[in-house]
Amino acid sequence: MADARVQVPAQIKRGAPFEVKIAIRHAMETGYRVDDVGKPIKRNVIREFVCKYNGAEALRVDMSSGFAANPLLQFWLTAGDSGELVFEWLDDSGARGTERAAINVTA
Amino acid sequence: MNTREPVSPQRRLSAAGARRRALLAGAGALAATQGLPALAQSQFNANELPPIPALNEYLAGRRVQFNRMQLEIPRVADNGNSVPVKLGVLGAAPGSVQSIHLFSEVNPVPRMAVFHFSPLAARYDIESRVRLAGTQRIVALATLTDGTLCVKVAEVVVSIAACLDGN
Repeated sequence: MADARVQVPAQIKRGAPFEVKIAIRHAMETGYRVDDVGKPIKRNVIREFVCKYNGAEALRVDMSSGFAANPLLQFWLTAGDSGELVFEWLDDSGARGTERAAINVTA
Repeated sequence: MNTREPVSPQRRLSAAGARRRALLAGAGALAATQGLPALAQSQFNANELPPIPALNEYLAGRRVQFNRMQLEIPRVADNGNSVPVKLGVLGAAPGSVQSIHLFSEVNPVPRMAVFHFSPLAARYDIESRVRLAGTQRIVALATLTDGTLCVKVAEVVVSIAACLDGN
């Protein structure tokens, strides 16, 4: 179920800032809605999101039902070495999601 | 001319004028919503924190300054289920911002988001989309590494609130 799309520049100069965009496919069910027969739908939102750059934590976000469905995040990092960004998130149901993006740094 | 048998005034009203009346009602509603932002604007004080218990708990009596924090959010959001928001801290040197909190005045979960930055952050600009459960004030709060708290308050008029079912 968990699925995401990531956008990073194809090539980045060392030391330069670059923008990371990630859209995660997740219903972010608030727990305040009811289904067709009036039964409350259990809350299931992403609680925690971490982006790691070559193993080091780059950004951590405490999320809540205050995020729109299919949460979108755009943020800026500084280019260090070539390598990869790893995105990890955890929702209320205990499901973990992961996505990766290659970072190509030029001199 | 009219060959059908005469109908009562009420019947004619409901049959022929239904669409026209619906349009008129719609126009009235539109005028009402257009009047709202101006009305809200007059009462809105950007240098005053809304009474949010979660925010007060985080502040724990600490002073805030109403500058440098940037919060871009539409004044009027058609759909509270997805409202674009842009955050930033003016003149923030690399490594000078610890986190940005986002608090909501009326959402059932007042602490909407916390962004924790690392030394790898190049800028403290964040873009995302949030849910808003109705017209309210939003507080963005940047915690700098030197302990300074920068705040920006914005008001959003929400036409269709998120999480309508439960409340």
